[in-house]
Amino acid sequence: MNVAMVSKNLGTLLICEIVAMIPAVVVSFIYKETELWAFIYTISILLAVGLGLSLIKPQNKNIYAKEGFAIVAIGWLLISFFGALPFYFSGAIPSLVDSFFESSSGFTTTGASILTEVESVAKGILFWRSFTHWVGGMGVLVLAMAILPSAGAGSMQIMKAESPGPSTEKLVPKVKETAKILYGIYILITLVQIILLKLSGLPFYDALIHSFGTVGTGGFSSKNISVGAYNNIAAEIIITVFMLMCGTNFALYYQFLKGNIKGIFKNEEFRLYVAIVTGAIVLITFNLYGNIYGSVKESIRYAAFQVASIITTTGYATTDFNTWPSFSKLILLLLMFVGGCAGSTGGGIKSIRILLLFKTAKMNLMKMIHPKAVYSVRIGGRTVDERTIADVLGFFFIYIIILCAAVLIVALEGKDLVTTVTSVITTISNIGPGLEIVGPMGNFSSFTDLSKMVLSFCMIIGRLEIYPILLLLMPKFWVK
Amino acid sequence: MKVIIIGAGKVGYTLAENLAAENKDVTIIDKNAQALEKVEAHLEVMCLKGTGVSANILLEAGVAEADLLIAVTGSDEVNMVCCLTAKKLGVGRTIARVRDPEYAYELSLIKEQLGLDFVINPEYTAAEEIASTLGFSSAINVERFASGRVRMVELKVTAGMGIIGKKIKEADKYSSSSVLIGIIVRGEEVIVPDGEEVIEENDSIYVIGKVSNIYKFCKLYGKYPDKIKNVMIVGGGRITYYLYKLLKDMNMNVKIIEIDKNRCFELSDKLPSALIINSDGTEEEVLLSENINQMDAFLSATGMDEHNLMASLIAKRLGAKKIITKISRSSYINIVRDMGLDSIIIPKLITTNQILKYVRGTALQSLRRIVEGKVEILEFVVDDTSELIDKPLRKLNISADTVIATIVRKREVVVPHGNDIIRRGDRIIVITMEKNIATLKELEAVVIGGNQNERRNGIKKFGDIINM
Repeated sequence: MNVAMVSKNLGTLLICEIVAMIPAVVVSFIYKETELWAFIYTISILLAVGLGLSLIKPQNKNIYAKEGFAIVAIGWLLISFFGALPFYFSGAIPSLVDSFFESSSGFTTTGASILTEVESVAKGILFWRSFTHWVGGMGVLVLAMAILPSAGAGSMQIMKAESPGPSTEKLVPKVKETAKILYGIYILITLVQIILLKLSGLPFYDALIHSFGTVGTGGFSSKNISVGAYNNIAAEIIITVFMLMCGTNFALYYQFLKGNIKGIFKNEEFRLYVAIVTGAIVLITFNLYGNIYGSVKESIRYAAFQVASIITTTGYATTDFNTWPSFSKLILLLLMFVGGCAGSTGGGIKSIRILLLFKTAKMNLMKMIHPKAVYSVRIGGRTVDERTIADVLGFFFIYIIILCAAVLIVALEGKDLVTTVTSVITTISNIGPGLEIVGPMGNFSSFTDLSKMVLSFCMIIGRLEIYPILLLLMPKFWVK
Repeated sequence: MKVIIIGAGKVGYTLAENLAAENKDVTIIDKNAQALEKVEAHLEVMCLKGTGVSANILLEAGVAEADLLIAVTGSDEVNMVCCLTAKKLGVGRTIARVRDPEYAYELSLIKEQLGLDFVINPEYTAAEEIASTLGFSSAINVERFASGRVRMVELKVTAGMGIIGKKIKEADKYSSSSVLIGIIVRGEEVIVPDGEEVIEENDSIYVIGKVSNIYKFCKLYGKYPDKIKNVMIVGGGRITYYLYKLLKDMNMNVKIIEIDKNRCFELSDKLPSALIINSDGTEEEVLLSENINQMDAFLSATGMDEHNLMASLIAKRLGAKKIITKISRSSYINIVRDMGLDSIIIPKLITTNQILKYVRGTALQSLRRIVEGKVEILEFVVDDTSELIDKPLRKLNISADTVIATIVRKREVVVPHGNDIIRRGDRIIVITMEKNIATLKELEAVVIGGNQNERRNGIKKFGDIINM
């Protein structure tokens, strides 16, 4: 392990967090809030630590896979911790554990909150809370790569460790350019959504907050009852569409911009994603119509928003789906596992892995019928190599194991079964709301500090797709 | 500039490494996932798995917008077909590696139809380089500039040479400065020396100048080159084939030792007058029985680096005078030098240099990269728009890492001093540690804008401080 190089990169990362904090400072300044000081304290601490670390002069400047994982894992823990400080210093969230929970929830684009009363919190603090979604969605380190000079070949390791999906590919030969393109598309989508939401009648500040929450597929709102508070169909449609867009692989938009429109619809993962979304909306609509809502139109409206919100792991809500019939709730629960596409801002297991798992299962069945036959798993006409498949199978296993372990710890609380299980699923998949107590109208404030810490770690583990954080716990990882 | 490289082998990797370092957008295509993994882990290039012959893969690599396609897979035929397909799909220029002698000599016939802009034959070029080194036996390596009128030789400063302990300017005075000591390599360090630099034992010095003057210089300092008459080559590969033809023209006696019987027959079929011995060249007995101690030069050019090293070490011990070793992996170079084998030929690097020169464009007459690419030697023709002409050199603000080594006119070769002037139409040979100079204009920026340079370095340093 090249500790010097890892520390140096972490230092740079903390300095980047200062840059990310500046918009929130500006908002605080505009509204002339006293919470401005909370940011200034945090920035001073970040500056001291960040500069100290980044002045380290490593002798060996190479970053290998190991260092990449370490930078990403420790980096995310650090930014979540420092990102919590404004909440703590301002007094908006008096407990440090709660602040860390809120900050991890922000950066990992989960959107689970311990705040019972959001609307009275200072604007600057709320802005920071939502802006963490935006930064965390595409990746803090990817942002650092896009804006900093001379990212070498080693930075590909970092990007691989941070970007979701089983195999990360560059769009263009240079990592820095790839990061720039991704952020370019990201910024473009954000701007379009802000404008559309403003046109739909939301106040500008609310349009900003909800755009960050949507494109980062986060889910923090400035209202206690989330997007439902506006009862604005136009805004709901805009948010639904943009949630679904941001649950899609951003590489597809690059193809789109390059004029390869057909390629998008040929993408198997995208097709599966669209099929799951449509299927879920149709099923839930049928289930809701007559049971809960009187008209088909209303059923579709609420079904579509909730399905988009859960599958993209955003976590906004326009209604309390806790009161829906079990069938609908179960479908939503299954969608929580699926998550968005690889290379999107969404969480979860990812559609591509689900696709691979099904194809592998099918292949194994075929092999039982013809034991000597040679089959290969194909995606988009290309054979997927054995190692990727083994990785995906391993990933799924560890995912379930972590889920079980976390559920066991949270179960110590003695809350009901549904709350316990869904609170873990919703945090590990970076969604936000679960069912019962942690449902769309509830929150996480009633948990103990232990559970909150476990759930915070679940969020970061889920966002980084398990391996980086898990590696930190391996003693061999630290051996020189 | 967008470049597509087909084949992620040794040459493909080195090319990708160098081109990416020159800030080109490189996409590399290979069938072998493992080879690509290595590239992906170490280089800033895009990797694509598949065969370069397939139009689909080429389109996916963006062949239509690419400026250059370089095909360096193991197969000549694949390389040629890749270039043909790519040309049809609209690539700018194509380079193919073609090394089978059967094609190599007839390629000019079909070059145009295949859409090949440039053909590289690493073995032939390596053979040429070996031949020129053999033509000047006291040098470790010999490079030719200005169509052979100017040479640069690498000499090892060994104990007893009169030049040890002298400052460059004293050495210049003594030899009436007909040549220029352009570069000194001391261990890992590379120095572009000024007059005050003192030469030490075991330095490698690069001496540049007119051929006859270099001879004089060597004679003066006790490195008088012997005439090479008898050459022994171990390994009967393509290099040996090309080299034999070249050495025959230089009137040398060549003895080839090849282990494989069939290959021996093939060679003797193609080279009717050659003396070919079917035996193992890495065995001491065999070398002794073939009178290794009488040989003026010994070349080991088998396909295995290990065999080449062993054969060379044995030959050195048995008393062969000049030893040249071919190796394929450049990472060995320092180890090999430590073993006392100085003349090393790495076909991969030769190929890379050729292609880099081609990539940088036509303004560059020749490009040599020495000491693992740390130093570049460039040749330009100065036209009348240049800012360099008609000014005494001392008035040009030259950055410390750059030297104008030679000015070549119609009838004379000048090793310049402060008062010399570059005129229109001169060829200049420049030694520089600056990277990525492709045109005379860029060179002028380096030469004239010394201060600017400093500022740029400052920015670079700043970038290093905050870099990730």
